[in-house]
Amino acid sequence: MKTFFRHFAEIAVMLAAVFAFTTLILEISGASAMEAYYHIFRGSLGSWVRLGHVIKAWIPMTLCSCGLLCTFRIGLWNIGVEGQMMMGAVFTTYLLRLGAGSNMPVLFLIFAFIAGAAGGGLWAWIAGLLKTKGGVNEIFAGLGMNFVAQGIVLWLIFGLWKRPGIASMSGTELFPPELWLSHLTAVRFSPAALLLALLAVVLTALMLRYTHIGLNLRAIGSNPRAAYLLGLKPGRYILLAMLFAGGLAGIAGTIQVSDVYHRLLPAISSNYGYLSLLVVMLSDYNIRVIPAVAFFFACLNVGSIQLPMMLQLDSSLSGVIQGVLVLATLAVQAWKSEVRN
Amino acid sequence: MRILLQNIHKHYGAVKANNGISLTIEPGTIHGILGENGAGKSTLMKILAGYIRKTGGEIVIGDAPASYRRPAEASRLGIGMLYQEPLDFPSLSVLDNFMLGQKAPNPPFSKGEAGGISAAEGEIPLGPPLKKGEAEIRERLSDLSRKFNFTLNPDAPVRSLTVGERQQLEILRLLAMGIQVLILDEPTTGISGEQKERLFQALRKLAAEGKNILLVSHKIEDVALLCDNITVLRHGTVAGEMRKPFDTIYLLEMMFGFPPDTPSPSGAFPGKQLLVMEQVSASGGRTGLKNCNVVIRQREIVGLAGLSGSGQELFLRVAAGITPPSHGEIRLRDMKMNGKDYHAFQQQGVIFAPSSRMEEGLIAGLSIAEHFTLLERQKGFWLKRSASAEEAKRRIEKFRVMGNPETPVQSLSGGNQQRLILSFLPEEPALLLLEHPGRGLDAESAHWVWEHLQSYTERNTGIIFSSSELEEILMVADRVLVFFEGNIIKDLKTEETNIHELASAIAGRIS
Repeated sequence: MKTFFRHFAEIAVMLAAVFAFTTLILEISGASAMEAYYHIFRGSLGSWVRLGHVIKAWIPMTLCSCGLLCTFRIGLWNIGVEGQMMMGAVFTTYLLRLGAGSNMPVLFLIFAFIAGAAGGGLWAWIAGLLKTKGGVNEIFAGLGMNFVAQGIVLWLIFGLWKRPGIASMSGTELFPPELWLSHLTAVRFSPAALLLALLAVVLTALMLRYTHIGLNLRAIGSNPRAAYLLGLKPGRYILLAMLFAGGLAGIAGTIQVSDVYHRLLPAISSNYGYLSLLVVMLSDYNIRVIPAVAFFFACLNVGSIQLPMMLQLDSSLSGVIQGVLVLATLAVQAWKSEVRN
Repeated sequence: MRILLQNIHKHYGAVKANNGISLTIEPGTIHGILGENGAGKSTLMKILAGYIRKTGGEIVIGDAPASYRRPAEASRLGIGMLYQEPLDFPSLSVLDNFMLGQKAPNPPFSKGEAGGISAAEGEIPLGPPLKKGEAEIRERLSDLSRKFNFTLNPDAPVRSLTVGERQQLEILRLLAMGIQVLILDEPTTGISGEQKERLFQALRKLAAEGKNILLVSHKIEDVALLCDNITVLRHGTVAGEMRKPFDTIYLLEMMFGFPPDTPSPSGAFPGKQLLVMEQVSASGGRTGLKNCNVVIRQREIVGLAGLSGSGQELFLRVAAGITPPSHGEIRLRDMKMNGKDYHAFQQQGVIFAPSSRMEEGLIAGLSIAEHFTLLERQKGFWLKRSASAEEAKRRIEKFRVMGNPETPVQSLSGGNQQRLILSFLPEEPALLLLEHPGRGLDAESAHWVWEHLQSYTERNTGIIFSSSELEEILMVADRVLVFFEGNIIKDLKTEETNIHELASAIAGRIS
């Protein structure tokens, strides 16, 4: 409990430093910092509908973060999470296109989730194989697979799955409403998706802490040679961790397609994969902190949409805040380990 | 410089590595710090060298209290430490390593005390600045090297050097930086007798120049031979001090509370064939392994002798299935094992214990109990933490590891880590392959460990171990294989050989 509070205090100090820096940037660019923060706040938490949007962003980020925690545990930088999310979306779109016009929409939705997990898992598994069999660093493998995934998405949108008449950046044709995840009308997010994300948090926490898989991931991540001599097979666990991370990222892709956009878009991942890497790092790889940090990032993302409209500021300000936040965290962590030694 | 350490404390949580240590180090003397593993010797020295920060206490250098927080600040005050593992860059040359950390050649390095070179005031080098500096530094290196009778080739890559030569290089580098206080942590581990003699002569010379030399060791003979004063540490406190001449029995009592005795070969009668190697070669290491023909039987204890990197390390790894052989055949009992990995060997009861503790033996960040969880291969999905904690508790009591099941392994001292690795060995292995099992253990622990290992042979286990201490091999092994340049050049019964024959054999001289 004490360490939990210390962690909390550290985050508070860091946030203060980050806001000081962001304020400086805003003041230099001639905008009123206080106004910008106010609009970000209003834009994210100002109404139930907006909170609904925040939760919609929180769900995929949390799903990806849970998966990434496993790959970080075994010492992998699964930067391919972005492409895994896209492939989840592609597989989902394929299933839902099949389901259009059928009389069993719920069945197709369920299969869409399985297909999404399979798509993301497949993409991660390939990166994992490249790592374990080919000795390709997972960062390069993942980055390459991201480009391939993005290429496939664009090719489908402008080719195979283009809208009748005209292909456009606005994506494929909308699915019929019976293939949308059902919404609570007041807050406009899907309880099923929220439930999945919460389940992912709980299951990941249990797995990492109380099962052999969790301990083995940690052992291999800390010292693969010693883990091998103690009887573990690092290659097998690398593939397992990648499958798990890819599967969760794929489900995040499914939710982006079936719940948020109801179609396949070029920017279907909304960069949530990359953001999740930052979320996990900022949480100091602690599952209990991840949901809160993901919520904060979701607020920044949704709230900053207001900036262009209200202040003629580019919404990339949220990116500045998030980036500075992570750099500050890494600095604080480096400082902490310096003090510890 | 006179150095006073006053009431030094270093606590790691509840563990008090140093618990109020006070001592005085006079200039121009060689001061020995003696103690068993985990007595707090290395911790105290690392505090003095600025590598670890103390929890409490005061360091007085000369007549002023000194406070510094990192090794660079300590070396500015004239304190330098030679660590147990040399901190050099194997891929760079001797000269490059020597240059590292030196001040730029113009103005010349420190106020050179050992025949320093002074470049003309204000002269600007015309050639490429690095090249000009290099010539000066090269000269300085060979001057220093000659002075101490060291044999260093400036252009040789450091990876081709022996441990002893790497030590020499590090000492010269520290001296060129203007070190007045030289700390050596277990410097006689892993070096040959001849290099030890050279090292001791150099240290005596330095002390005669008025420098303070601190020698940390658990080897009582070395310390008694070289030092003027000895401080004995025990459980993080000063157990006693002594001036020349030394009474070894009394020193041993201060170290352990009682003098330890020595183990002897088990004398067990060897049984059936266990491991057979026919014409086995493998590549790796400095020399590779060439055409090994060996039969190891049940109940045999076989020592592997040789200079470090002569093929013993590779032999153990090939015998464990970790490194695949390039030629030849390996059989366990009657099963051909070529092409199988370590896990398949493990299933046949072959267990390998590496010497590099934190690199291969233990997993930093995991507790002792978690290591036992990994070893137990528990069935089922959920961890059974209490079962592993009990097992861990039983084993750490038996193996006298100073820690509890929740202790993270990286916070144990070197000797405790070594005992922990030995505690991982299963109850009834077929063949134990141990890399330097006695390294870093004091006499008492080593004795206890070998008694324990010898008890395995009653259960038909064969043991192969490597060691850089010929005395250890002669003491506990039934048979010794001598490695030279990747070949087994001798295969002898220990009772039919002696230390002189072995010493010339490891240097490649076979009569």
